[in-house]
Amino acid sequence: MSTTAISNSNLPVHIEVKNLVRAFDGRRVLDNISLKVHKGETMVILGGSGCGKSTLLRHLIGSLKPDAGEIWLLGKEITRMQDQEFAEIRKKFGMLFQGGALLNSMSVGENVALPLEEHTNLSPEIIDIMVKMKTGMVGLTGFEHLMPSQISGGMKKRVALARAIAMDPEIIFFDEPTAGLDPVMTAVVDLLINNLCKKLGITAVVVTHDMASVNRIADHIAMIHKGKLVFEGSVPQIHASTDPLVRQFINGEADGPISFQQSGDDYLKSLFAST
Amino acid sequence: MKDSIDQFLLHLGDYTILLGQSFRCCTVDIFRRQGPRMAHVLEQMNEIGVNSMGIVCLVVFFVGLVIAMQTSYEMTKFGTEMYVGRVVGLTMFRELGPLIATIVLGGRCGAAIAAEIGTMKVNEEVEALRVMGISPIRFLVAPRILAFTIMAPVLAVISDYVGIIGGLVLAITELHLTYWQFVENMMSGMIVKDFVSGIAKSVVFGLLVGSIACHFGYRTEGGADAVGRATTMSVVTSIVMIIVSDAALTAVFVYIL
Repeated sequence: MSTTAISNSNLPVHIEVKNLVRAFDGRRVLDNISLKVHKGETMVILGGSGCGKSTLLRHLIGSLKPDAGEIWLLGKEITRMQDQEFAEIRKKFGMLFQGGALLNSMSVGENVALPLEEHTNLSPEIIDIMVKMKTGMVGLTGFEHLMPSQISGGMKKRVALARAIAMDPEIIFFDEPTAGLDPVMTAVVDLLINNLCKKLGITAVVVTHDMASVNRIADHIAMIHKGKLVFEGSVPQIHASTDPLVRQFINGEADGPISFQQSGDDYLKSLFAST
Repeated sequence: MKDSIDQFLLHLGDYTILLGQSFRCCTVDIFRRQGPRMAHVLEQMNEIGVNSMGIVCLVVFFVGLVIAMQTSYEMTKFGTEMYVGRVVGLTMFRELGPLIATIVLGGRCGAAIAAEIGTMKVNEEVEALRVMGISPIRFLVAPRILAFTIMAPVLAVISDYVGIIGGLVLAITELHLTYWQFVENMMSGMIVKDFVSGIAKSVVFGLLVGSIACHFGYRTEGGADAVGRATTMSVVTSIVMIIVSDAALTAVFVYIL
């Protein structure tokens, strides 16, 4: 758990989701989700594969539009916002994609510099200093000249994190930041997320299913199952929960209400529904 | 059949939107300081134009040589081989210079661009740009379409002259014509419209190849197989559209203008 759990009730709400509904071909992937994330808080969205957590994240970053409900980012409702207006909001948040999503044709330094070059009038010298600062914050000083293909998966995620904080965002969204990393690198990335968010006062939304990470970074947890919010609370609260669904997930048990079995008919139905 | 028509209309709609957004980016947005970056355009012009020059020249040189061989073979029967220059010149300027240059561009650079943008789409790089508040149209698409539209006529002019050199080599070595006989004969049969129509065609061809490549790359969804399909579709569609638009433009230049 985060060492500095935040008493958030007095802080402003940075992200608010109100009754969000999204269906694909008649199947509800997000079913009446409501959430609040306060300033400086790290909210972890937890859930099994295909539960709708990544879909929720895509709605938060404006890549998908909901069928119903509202999303408020930094006091502004984004679901009905024009692209031009939303582009301004986008400058105030960063996103770390699951695979890093670094531009492979650009070096590490150029990737980190990109948002600064596009959105500011800073001179190349100042941008260079800022790139060194940001790469230093993620422990990658001296790697600026390397291409993404020359660095490891963990390093790519750290570079992506440096790029996400390049514009000093107020909010960062993390999509499975530790997926595919070894335990040590997972701990390193978690530590970085904690340090950066607490030191810089950044509000973070982390989508993950890694309980070890959840214990280390979460101030607040929202668990989603089949598109519905089934739990909301702190790390001690989730560990104290008696809900069989929550207990199965946090203990990583095969037997329980979260079934890995699916009938062939159901599978084919969902397959054809999605085409 | 209905699905194919739906797919075609969907493609056409997406393509029109992409072209419209790119056009706005290269015109209106420039005055709002949101046009494509000059460095990106120059980089693409270098990749598309300068780096394609060798292969374009190689191909059109032999095309010019072949045209001269084929026509002289018939002309010598009637003793009119001195007109080879005129045939080669007209063919290259009006038709084959721009056509061959842009078909080679479509195969070399169009495929590369469709694959590059398609891979970026699959790897979420395009999405990352959007999330950073950077328009993928401004950053990726517009510079490439603009570079194609600028460099296609440049390559067409070079290709015209290299093709003629191919014909000249044949005329001098096989038909024993002098340089001046070949050139004088070529120039005597030409008007400015022949040259201008070829250049105008190449602008349209360049725009088509660039925008089609970007369209198929930008529409890629899935994995490696989708990138492969996008690349193939880009090349095939580009070639078909070049030929179709060539027929339409030739009709306009021959019968209307």
